[in-house]
Amino acid sequence: MNRLLLNKIVLGLSVVSALIGLGFLAWILLTLFIKGVSSLHFSLFLNDLVNGGLRNLIIGQLELALLASVVGIPLGMAAGIYIQEYGRGKYANFIRDLSDIMMSAPSIVIGAFVYAIAVKPFGGANGYAGVLALSIMMIPIIINTTDNMLALVPKELREAGIALGASKYKVILDIVIKAAKVGIMTGILLSFARIVGETAPLLFTSETSSYFNMNLSEAMPSLTVSIYNLANEPEQSSRDLAWAASFILTVIVLMINLTGRFITRNKK
Amino acid sequence: MSIMKIKNFSFTYPGATAPSLKNINLKIAKNKITALIGPSGCGKSTLLRSMNRIHDLYAGCKYEGKIDLYDEDKKGFKNILNIKKENEFIKLRQQVGMIFQKPTPFPMSIFDNVAYGLRIDGIKNKTELENRVEAALKGSALWKEVSHRLNKSAMGLSGGQQQRLCIARAVAVKPEVLLFDEPTSALDPISTAAIEELIVELKKDVSIAIVTHNMQQASRISDYTAFMYLGDLIEFDETQTIFLNPKEKQTEDYITGRFG
Amino acid sequence: MEKIFQKLSLGSASLVLIILLGVFFTLFNAAKPSIDKFGTKFLVDARWNKEVAIDGIKSITTQQQTIEEDEITDEDDDIIDEDDEEIIDEDDTDELDMKNTQTVFGGLVPIVGTLLSTFIALIFALPIAMGIAVFLSEIAPKKLAVPVGIAIELLAAIPSIIFGMWGLYYFAPIVADTFGGYQVSLLTAGLVLAVMILPFMAAITRDSMNTTPDVLKESAYALGATKFEVVKDIIFPYSKTGIIGSIILALGRAMGETMAVAFLIGAIYTIPDKITDPTISIPVAMAVNFGEASGLGESSLFYLGLILFVISFGVISFAKFYFLKKAR
Repeated sequence: MNRLLLNKIVLGLSVVSALIGLGFLAWILLTLFIKGVSSLHFSLFLNDLVNGGLRNLIIGQLELALLASVVGIPLGMAAGIYIQEYGRGKYANFIRDLSDIMMSAPSIVIGAFVYAIAVKPFGGANGYAGVLALSIMMIPIIINTTDNMLALVPKELREAGIALGASKYKVILDIVIKAAKVGIMTGILLSFARIVGETAPLLFTSETSSYFNMNLSEAMPSLTVSIYNLANEPEQSSRDLAWAASFILTVIVLMINLTGRFITRNKK
Repeated sequence: MSIMKIKNFSFTYPGATAPSLKNINLKIAKNKITALIGPSGCGKSTLLRSMNRIHDLYAGCKYEGKIDLYDEDKKGFKNILNIKKENEFIKLRQQVGMIFQKPTPFPMSIFDNVAYGLRIDGIKNKTELENRVEAALKGSALWKEVSHRLNKSAMGLSGGQQQRLCIARAVAVKPEVLLFDEPTSALDPISTAAIEELIVELKKDVSIAIVTHNMQQASRISDYTAFMYLGDLIEFDETQTIFLNPKEKQTEDYITGRFG
Repeated sequence: MEKIFQKLSLGSASLVLIILLGVFFTLFNAAKPSIDKFGTKFLVDARWNKEVAIDGIKSITTQQQTIEEDEITDEDDDIIDEDDEEIIDEDDTDELDMKNTQTVFGGLVPIVGTLLSTFIALIFALPIAMGIAVFLSEIAPKKLAVPVGIAIELLAAIPSIIFGMWGLYYFAPIVADTFGGYQVSLLTAGLVLAVMILPFMAAITRDSMNTTPDVLKESAYALGATKFEVVKDIIFPYSKTGIIGSIILALGRAMGETMAVAFLIGAIYTIPDKITDPTISIPVAMAVNFGEASGLGESSLFYLGLILFVISFGVISFAKFYFLKKAR
């Protein structure tokens, strides 16, 4: 009797925990929606921050994330391929472990590192530094997803390719990667969603700008960094803008995240 | 006539203390089917996989002895255990093909699957590819079922069809030897029968070595049978003899089901 | 071609090591002036950017007097004004007699802030995360477990700065109303951190729990055990190492959290008397001061960064190697 009651209580608490978790999610999303939508209007997408809009910030943030992906995805995948396909024992496992650790490393430290090597010596904030910082954050995540997805491909598939006389790199590119394609795609999308929402790595590398700028040798407009700055300003209009920006950022991040999950769900 | 001669061959897996194969002496006859039978762990798959050196995907294995493969160009035997260079490995595998227990269709279209070995060999001519793919699919009794959907993914085929696809793929490169590693153990009886029929058909063009844990299969289709036990070759003879008149007691015990 | 491909992939893999070493040595190098000047005293000194009379620095061994120029540009501590409390910019840069003073930096306050906020986060996140994991793994039917699981993972996908915004304007007032004290405080930061690490901890715990073989659970049920007992006596002990690993890993991540904490902890260089007082953490100190810092101040920020890097690296490695070893 007592046991059953205890069981019911504990399981009930467990359900409550799930509700708390979901509750926070709902609360945050609702807040964003209410505050964000009320501050939204079309001019935000047509004007740059200097004129009270968000256009340059959105474009800048996406540009930084895309460039970081151009750098991070090939490097991460190549490294993941090495670890899973070529690596023999100690070194590969060592790199795998290091990469795992780097995945959880504080992003502000990466920002400080990039500041020291790519901002200070070059006289100030620039887009290259921002891209570098985001790439450094992206690479371990891509390595992890590539490694895991390749591991799921059955070894017989590789052997069948080799047995036909294909060289190893052909087997990897033509067969193994293809077989793991969907999982890797999801991993890439999820990691893109993650870095597009980052602030700390950009804070003192590419910083932000109120003006439209695509020139990487200067500070690049950043949605996230600007949210931080706007929230610190005393004017109500700045705060409203920060909410609108937060809403847009969250929509972007969650859309990409959900897309990544969707393609895997479909293919299963 | 032999296409492959295995002499005093021993094999040790990476990191193992004792060899998995001890002093094997065996001949694979040309245009005949040689079956390798024996209980689990006897080394029959290990032996088969040595014949195309697929073990070498995993570093650290040790070979002793010789495996001589007949070289058409040089009209003589070459020891494939001496192969070290990448391009020689590739050539070996084009001469000695392999079909696995689990059907392994590549994630591409049916056509691309069968053409894969041809393409990596450098064949680009569309007509030639089409002809050879058709011939290979016909040779594996699959053509009728797939000729209208060559561009569809191979993953949509049934298990038996996928295995026949793998056979077509291997046959397309015109190897001299085909190694079958328990090719029907993952298939239903009807597909099994179809594939057995196919293998018997194939022997007029290729020499075949087949590992099977199904004795009846060995007795049905093979010309020669090798019985192995715990890494040793116990007896090797014509299939008739092995099954009806085995010389070794161990062979007889296995055949009659005293142990499995 | 094969060789080239191999070399390229090896090179990419080695990049990880290169970056790691690069970060460490760059931080160390940039922190060196501060390390040389303050040594390990930095870890226990609560003074940040304070002018002290040279006699007052008895415990610091200096081989040469490095006289700091008084920066007329203040180190701006970006402190968020909020409705209830006005926190005054704490820097007083008067022109002091340059020959008799030095600026002293000590990292104790940010270090303590980091540890305390993380600890608070852990305490609140742990039971809820465990509860969620049990729900997802053992209670929810498949059809429910999948969407709820995804929802929890979406919580993890929300950018840190969004937690900061929501936390500051919606959560902080509630915390202050419930517990008294400041809205922007150690407690608020710790609680929001808890919400942030919740999904991570829950996901890893759930995955660990799912590795328990069904036969083991079935044996217990077959003996008449309740679900709670199966969880308590079979699943948790079986997945113990994975669970502990998830906790420590979440700890490591919480330590490095910047943006949300920057909004919520107050960025005040004092050790809090009460949990509802504002303070500062290492990432926040760096985020907030880096822009205007220079010289010894900047170097001290790098020193803090180095400390954070080493600690979180250590914590995460510890979690990985002792608890989260995956069978390869």
